[in-house]
Amino acid sequence: MLVVLASMQVLPTHATTTVEYRAIPPGSFASVLANDADIAPAAIPAFAMRTTPVSQGEYLAFVKSHREWQRGKAPSTFADGTYLHTWRGPLALGAGMSVDQPVTNVSWFAAQAFCEAEGGRLPTWLEWEYVAAADEQVFDARSNPAWRARILSWYSQNSSVPLAAVGGEGGGNANAYGVSNVHGLVWEWVDDFNALLVSADSRNQGDPDKLQFCGAGAISLKDRDNYAVLMRIALLSSLSATSTTNNLGFRCVRPLSVEKK
Amino acid sequence: MKAIFTLLSGFATPVFAAAIMCSLPLAADGAQVKQTALPANSVYQLPVSFTDQDGRASTLADWRGKPVLVTMFYSSCQFVCPRIVEALKKTEASLSPQQAKLPILMVSFDPVRDDSATLKAMAVERHIDFGNWTLARTDARSVRKLAAMLGIQYRELSSGEFNHSSVILLLDAEGRIAGKTSTLGEADPAFVKLVRKLKP
Repeated sequence: MLVVLASMQVLPTHATTTVEYRAIPPGSFASVLANDADIAPAAIPAFAMRTTPVSQGEYLAFVKSHREWQRGKAPSTFADGTYLHTWRGPLALGAGMSVDQPVTNVSWFAAQAFCEAEGGRLPTWLEWEYVAAADEQVFDARSNPAWRARILSWYSQNSSVPLAAVGGEGGGNANAYGVSNVHGLVWEWVDDFNALLVSADSRNQGDPDKLQFCGAGAISLKDRDNYAVLMRIALLSSLSATSTTNNLGFRCVRPLSVEKK
Repeated sequence: MKAIFTLLSGFATPVFAAAIMCSLPLAADGAQVKQTALPANSVYQLPVSFTDQDGRASTLADWRGKPVLVTMFYSSCQFVCPRIVEALKKTEASLSPQQAKLPILMVSFDPVRDDSATLKAMAVERHIDFGNWTLARTDARSVRKLAAMLGIQYRELSSGEFNHSSVILLLDAEGRIAGKTSTLGEADPAFVKLVRKLKP
């Protein structure tokens, strides 16, 4: 049986609730993203990650204390017209909504602001992918067909069904890092969503006037069979920082030093 | 204030919401709130601090008041970035004399290497006119946010290079995006037309 290295710490937040971050041990990781300069596995420094996506209740507490992020106050340059559109009002969740459901319809800027208020930031793609590679038993389950099949079956589920509670039983079982809901509940923002330069033609560097990407060209996809993760990249690359959608939420990470205080 | 919330929840049409937002600018993080509130779709809503090629401090919102051309680059970039500078120069050259001096702001992706001296050296090498051009650096978090705001993609490679999309944006006097071009090495006629239109 595998020994789980992650240690658990419960820290107070927003007065009424507690939020849990887990220490994620450092490691070496072969991302599905690769490019000419980054063939070798990436070194991932240790960090701490929220065990669950941010909930509706947590986000409500945030906009109560950060009024500039209330619906109707957040400028359109930070969040589009559907920001929190399923809420009844700027300080009221929608009818039938539970405080335990993951918050969705939040833009990248809003998610960043929430994480900064919690002393952190959004995870980078690499940090997210590193944690998302785990199943309940091992840190890197990506070669296990069952891991892939389970994720793909979530993608094919009807998205109009109300979202389950964060950390709940419906696919919320903690993975080997002690982190829940990485797959099977919502899509998640990453800090560098605008770094996923996936372009079919960008590697054709024949005509410099058509060259859009400086440096070593666009990212190529190293593990083309890993549809489960590539679908995430496809979604994230299609977003702008103000985008909000019904199935897109987020979680935060922060430096380990914060946990060790 | 309560009345406004009640109204807003009842009539959250985009136009109405925009009107409310204009009257209540985001004042977080010590963002400068000028006498007239910024439009809700102004990129100047984003608080960003710069240091320029001469070590002078400024903020993004300091560019408010005049149309401005903005782009992002890094100074150790050998191939594409010189062509961005070329495109900016040719755009500038195709404007009328009174328009030709519109401010040009180039923000570095690379806060680690691009200090003021490095920016200055690049500007000298590229024969950049300091009268209206500013080469600026900011912190890594702000680089990510500014790029997100401007719709520019970038990624740092382990080689220290940056993989990025090359875009020149035209902002109007209030910081709204009024045009963009990906044309490198020369002036984009459609983009020049947009610049001319902004300031007769």
